Amino acid sequence: MYAQMVDTGTKRLKTLEEMSPEERDFQEKIDAETKIEAKNWMPDAYRKTLVRQISQHAHSEIVGMLPEGNWVTRAPTLKRKLQLMAKIQDEAGHGLYLYSAMETLGADRDEEIQKLHDGKAKYSSIFNYPTLNWADMGAVGWLVDGAAIVNQVVLQRTSYGPYSRAMVRICKEESFHQRQGYQILLDMMREGTQEQKDMVQDAINRLWWPALMMFGPHDDESPNSQQSMVWKIKRKSNDELRQMFIDQTIPQLEFLGCTVPDPDLKWNEERGHYDFGEINWKEFYDVLKGNGPCNHERISTRRKAIDEGAWVREAAVAYAAKQKQRAAKAA
Amino acid sequence: MTQQEALQEYLLRMADSGMILAQRLSELVGKAPALEEELASSNVALDLIGQARNWYEYAAELIDDGRDADKLVFLRDAHDYRNLLMVEQPNDDYAVTMARQFFFDVWHYFTLKALSNSKDERIATIAAKAVKEATYHLRRSSEWVKRMGDGTEESHRRIQDAFNLLWRFTGELITPDDIDHAMFEAGIGPDPQQLKQDWFGMVREVAAQATLAVGEEDAWMYMGGKTGEHTEHLGHILAVMQFLPRAYPDATTW
Repeated sequence: MYAQMVDTGTKRLKTLEEMSPEERDFQEKIDAETKIEAKNWMPDAYRKTLVRQISQHAHSEIVGMLPEGNWVTRAPTLKRKLQLMAKIQDEAGHGLYLYSAMETLGADRDEEIQKLHDGKAKYSSIFNYPTLNWADMGAVGWLVDGAAIVNQVVLQRTSYGPYSRAMVRICKEESFHQRQGYQILLDMMREGTQEQKDMVQDAINRLWWPALMMFGPHDDESPNSQQSMVWKIKRKSNDELRQMFIDQTIPQLEFLGCTVPDPDLKWNEERGHYDFGEINWKEFYDVLKGNGPCNHERISTRRKAIDEGAWVREAAVAYAAKQKQRAAKAA
Repeated sequence: MTQQEALQEYLLRMADSGMILAQRLSELVGKAPALEEELASSNVALDLIGQARNWYEYAAELIDDGRDADKLVFLRDAHDYRNLLMVEQPNDDYAVTMARQFFFDVWHYFTLKALSNSKDERIATIAAKAVKEATYHLRRSSEWVKRMGDGTEESHRRIQDAFNLLWRFTGELITPDDIDHAMFEAGIGPDPQQLKQDWFGMVREVAAQATLAVGEEDAWMYMGGKTGEHTEHLGHILAVMQFLPRAYPDATTW
């Protein structure tokens, strides 16, 4: 999940009777699964929550380019270099259309990016972990994109039309990335040397728990979830999604011939799900607060790119203005 | 040197120049000055690697010593690389990145245009596809040179500095050596005289629109890339790019 702990700004849920007529009309539309479009009336809190969620999602795509960018110059074959670069490019594309979806709500891309650079906006905690060996390029695709898909497949049915449509497109590309990531790991596990197999296991060991954290805190620690569920901008709870992810991932893990660093992981026949150990929540909140291994590097890299590129964007604007003037004069 | 050896060398020049420029561009991933530029810059890099792979595969068939495209990329040292010195120059600021791209794109476009009429059918086929991509690359870098040149005072200063900085590497693009002549005479490569004329024509035209000054034709030029004598930068580029295959020589798959 690329959005974690999105604040809805509401203290408790209103009943239909407590709502104003337009609010009631809005909620009834949502209950009837009618998409809300940019021109429709919507409660201010719904708009603000969506801006937060979509911008957080967009920021995650953009910051998420960096851990993979860390290996793009060192990709070991032409094929892997092309794949990795194309994948990162897709992420830039996702960022672009998510920012566009966000702008339909009246928010401004540059302002939201500024909030990210000022440390006021969040992005997924997963991207604050380092990519330390080549197998991370497989494990990120498989686990991180995999976790994102579990959430995003559900978000294809989210109540806000532009967000929902962006999700449909993004999901297609993310599934492709996930299969590609898995293939990297599978190739190394099947045909690789012992050193390569060790890389794969090491990558999974480091990324497993952070991937589970992507789904956010436990449901009872997630105060904003209930409102988001009623608005249908969230459609399944954090714990439900996490369980779905684990259940679908463990068979793939076993097929690889690898393990996860969780001694409590085992199939529960009665529940029909895997049981698993407790997430280190202190680490989760530390990373969210800015104290992950790469928080500083990620944000300063993004800030530097945008700040040092300011003159480039200014040049483009100045040139366009001059061209417009010239065209007006010529006409 | 036999004609086949000359052809191999020529193919490696095409392949290595695209590959090393793409490698430089890949350093910019996640660090471009705007999101739209992330997409555009990656597009160019992806095109260049795809083209390089085609040139390498042809070269590998002719060399015929068991090395494939990947081995040519990841297991040759700097003195065996045949890329133009221009493409190995560091990204620096975006003006240098773009000036490097522009000088290269003009050369690349006219070279590919000529190669698409090559007597060597394999080359003609590869070039015919590549020239479509290079047409877009050139349009993009020309536009940026104009935006920067005729944009703000700062952008004008930066792109003019970049032109001045990189001018000494332009000579190699348009100064033919024995291999270039041999390729032309065999009906395989471009006419060196024509290429030089076209390159200057386009560069001067765009520079004029961008209100930029270009260097002298007879300025001192730094050359050697095409024969394997590189600037200090290439060794570092390869150290990064070739790290995994070099560090894990027993790995046969990635």
